[in-house]
Amino acid sequence: MGELRARLGGHLHLLRAQARSQMSYRVSFAIDLVSNVGATALDVLTVFVLYGVSSVIGGFRLGESLVMVGIAQCGFTLADLAVGNIERIRLYVRTGLMDAVLIRPLGPLGQLLAMDLPLRKLSRVLLAIVVLVVALAHAGIDWTPARVLLAIAAPIGGAVFFGAIFVGTASVAFWWIESGELGNAFTYGGRDFTSYPVTVFDGWFRSLFAYGLGFAFVAYQPTLALLGRPDPLGLPAWAGWAAPLVCLPVAFAAALIWRTGIRHYRSTGS
Amino acid sequence: MTVIEARALSKAFTVSVKKGRFRRERRQTAAVDGVDLRIDRGETVGYIGPNGAGKSTTLKMMTGVLMPSGGEVTVCGLVPVKQRIRLALRIGVVFGQRSQLWWDLPLRESFALLRHIYRVPTADHAARLLRCRAMLELDEFLDTPVRQLSLGQRMRGELTAALLHGPEVLFLDEPTIGLDVVSKQAVRAFLTELGAAGDTTVMLTTHDLADIERLCRRLVIIDHGRVVHDGTLEALHARYNSRRRVVVDLDEPPPAPLTLTGATLDATELDGRRLTFGLTTGTAADVVVQVARSAAVRDISVLEPDIEDVIAKLYKNT
Repeated sequence: MGELRARLGGHLHLLRAQARSQMSYRVSFAIDLVSNVGATALDVLTVFVLYGVSSVIGGFRLGESLVMVGIAQCGFTLADLAVGNIERIRLYVRTGLMDAVLIRPLGPLGQLLAMDLPLRKLSRVLLAIVVLVVALAHAGIDWTPARVLLAIAAPIGGAVFFGAIFVGTASVAFWWIESGELGNAFTYGGRDFTSYPVTVFDGWFRSLFAYGLGFAFVAYQPTLALLGRPDPLGLPAWAGWAAPLVCLPVAFAAALIWRTGIRHYRSTGS
Repeated sequence: MTVIEARALSKAFTVSVKKGRFRRERRQTAAVDGVDLRIDRGETVGYIGPNGAGKSTTLKMMTGVLMPSGGEVTVCGLVPVKQRIRLALRIGVVFGQRSQLWWDLPLRESFALLRHIYRVPTADHAARLLRCRAMLELDEFLDTPVRQLSLGQRMRGELTAALLHGPEVLFLDEPTIGLDVVSKQAVRAFLTELGAAGDTTVMLTTHDLADIERLCRRLVIIDHGRVVHDGTLEALHARYNSRRRVVVDLDEPPPAPLTLTGATLDATELDGRRLTFGLTTGTAADVVVQVARSAAVRDISVLEPDIEDVIAKLYKNT
């Protein structure tokens, strides 16, 4: 326990140092903070535009859809804040910065994340939370203690889920240094997928993303349970309640890929 | 007590080579190819070899950065990759081309941060920092952000950073690369003292052979991933038959060709007024005495065997 506390302490000190470094560039920080809201706001607006064309999409109304958007955005922006910078692992592997990380007595993942604390992304998380709260208040949910719990658990589970996707796909850089934008298909693609009712998609694409990779359990299934609607695709009601737990096996898989990746790390040059 | 032990240590990389427009051939190259090494506590070992010989790769396997693809290695009794974090607390590493410091923070803050990361007791940390500050003359740039330091200043900072947790083993990968003469001397003097204290084991790679002559009793030379020499500098000279030379300047060329005992005439320059002898069994004094019998000696100088020549020979032979 003391060991763990000491290591956490080390990471905290790294984070604080990072915050101090960022504050030495104050103006650019303020600009970043504002411009970061843009992306999330645009995602939410897209949903409004779509519902301007048709009042029911995939069997869901705007108010119901916005709950999914809220959960998906909360999960994604939280994950992006915490571990989104892992995308930069490509840079760290290519420049050999990874060497310096591996000779310190701390876990490499925590160090890499602490190396670039994206405080500027905080503004997006706040916006996502506002969207979720407003959507929940207007969706006509029959509130019970269990639903309150689910409304809190779903975005957290989503955050863990997306975080795992970020780490898992970024680990590819250990095998292919120039892995490019491959990971984005699953991270940003997954976020867009989860923002809409699964019923919108069909065929193998739906099977793969929704159930194979588990994206249906991030926002879609919990929203059904919150609204008290049966699943038009036939999954039982408890699937919605258990959905936040899906993040655990995904996180486990990501941890495994990461660990294997570290052992495959081939430091470049001298 | 053995601190570093490698047995048949190897690292192979897969490289793909372009063959034609689309075809690529995957090929295995051995960066390190069966290195056996035992280093005892307190030794200072120079690990040298031409570019691409596998020096850095060896060091990276010993520090837990790279997973060996064959053989075994233990450092302080630990298996580097497997027990990476425990090992990290007991070793110090300076990769000349990579920084361990925080770019945007003053040096002083980087050091404070390292104290927390390595969980060093405050008093120990302060004592070690004080010693480094004095020996490496850090005081004038302790409050400068690392990004504004000169290379020599940064390297002195890196060395300090690697030593603040009192490591048992110090790995230095080209610690003097790109440094000016003054910084080089500061770094060398510091390492000499560290080596003299005798409780830190130092393994350093370098291309600067003056580093080796100043710092290392033991020399391990590696080429194409294999150890081609492991021993003292003298043993290396003996093996390659490199000798001390005596250069004698004369007022006039000698009347008759000179044949000396205990030395051979290696070169004749300046119309016979400068003679270079290689010592075989004799001493420099023997040479001078013998030459002075037949010609007036104006000046003499004694040249130590040139380590660069020897090592160049060694690389070519392998």
